[in-house]
Amino acid sequence: MIEFHLDARSGMAPYQQVVQQVRHALRLGLLVVGDQLPTVKEAATSLTINPNTVSKAYKELELLGLVAARPGIGIFVTATLSNDSLAAHGPLRQSLQRWVTQARRAGLDDESIDALYKECLRSSAAEDVA
Amino acid sequence: MTAVIEANGLGKRYGHKWALSECTLAIPDGKVVGLVGPNGAGKTTLLHLSVGLLQPSAGSISVLGGRPGTTATQLARVGFVAQDTPTRAGFSIADHLRFGRWMNPNFDAKLAEERIESLGLDLRQKAGKLSGGQRAQLALTLAMAKRPELLVLDEPVASLDPLARREFLQGVIAVVADSGTSVILSSHLVADLERVCDYLVVVVNSRVQVAGEIDELLASHHRLTGPRHERAALPRDQQLVNESHTDRQSTIVVRTNDPILDPAWTVEQLDLEDLVLAYMTGAAAQDRRPKLGVHS
Repeated sequence: MIEFHLDARSGMAPYQQVVQQVRHALRLGLLVVGDQLPTVKEAATSLTINPNTVSKAYKELELLGLVAARPGIGIFVTATLSNDSLAAHGPLRQSLQRWVTQARRAGLDDESIDALYKECLRSSAAEDVA
Repeated sequence: MTAVIEANGLGKRYGHKWALSECTLAIPDGKVVGLVGPNGAGKTTLLHLSVGLLQPSAGSISVLGGRPGTTATQLARVGFVAQDTPTRAGFSIADHLRFGRWMNPNFDAKLAEERIESLGLDLRQKAGKLSGGQRAQLALTLAMAKRPELLVLDEPVASLDPLARREFLQGVIAVVADSGTSVILSSHLVADLERVCDYLVVVVNSRVQVAGEIDELLASHHRLTGPRHERAALPRDQQLVNESHTDRQSTIVVRTNDPILDPAWTVEQLDLEDLVLAYMTGAAAQDRRPKLGVHS
């Protein structure tokens, strides 16, 4: 079971945040096929939000084909977003970690690291297009 | 869709002063309604009219299709928690539940006892010895146990600390999730209601300024900033909510369902707090303006 949280400053509607957190958990393998999501009541009370907001998020996940409701029992995960690339996460993470350490040593602060990373992401996306 | 609360030209007058005037509303079933406005705006008057504690001086109001407070069945269908969640200091919690059972034929004593237990309260405790949050929970428990179709809560969390406030709202959410009860709750703070409500009514200066589904309200209101504009220059589909001007710049809040085409404006989305504030300051400004210049 996962627990939701809300970020009031994200600028994202609460129902979208719930959708995104489920997708995120699916991508990271925290949720797998057959897992149960919190009931609407559980999720609504723990987040202190309107139950309709949770229902709306669950409906959207259902439309995306990621979960299905079994009436009277609950909402279950029916698909996954993680793929084989998950296995590659470990080594990639390690090398990224090493790179971050190097960057810090070179005197870069978090903001510069973030900017550099995003710049690389952008230029590699541009290469792909070209 | 049936309306939980339907008001037509509803008004309440005390002497020469109208506490609420020209109130026309149709609140759909199954909503959690936030009634927001500054102190003294007319929120309590509207709530008291909807439970039958007050009779209208003008217009009409119907609640769940009936006239508020007129019959025993009508009374049983509405749960009401008055401001400051009143309880009897000398009565124990058990006394309160017993009293609730006497007064309400459909009183769900089991639900009430289970809820008191889950809150960690002792039935023998005197209400006078409870904390503000516990007293509020007791009042909510009594109102819930009536199994009402509509729950009316007047400023339920105003005097509570943040934790008690959250626990109280969680109680309200549990009722909504369990039985689909409609709820209307008032507050002078938007932040209290923002996450819990899906329908909003803003009352300022004894008038309803805006009412609607929160999602729709957020999608249709925009803040525009740009070089100084005169109000006459606004397209007809844009309803002006609030404006402020410097000698060079204008900042206005408009309501429209159409896209804003004028390239001179920078368009921003509003959050709920900004939206309510725009109506409050807009209404206050309209009051100050000389009567001849009032723009309707």
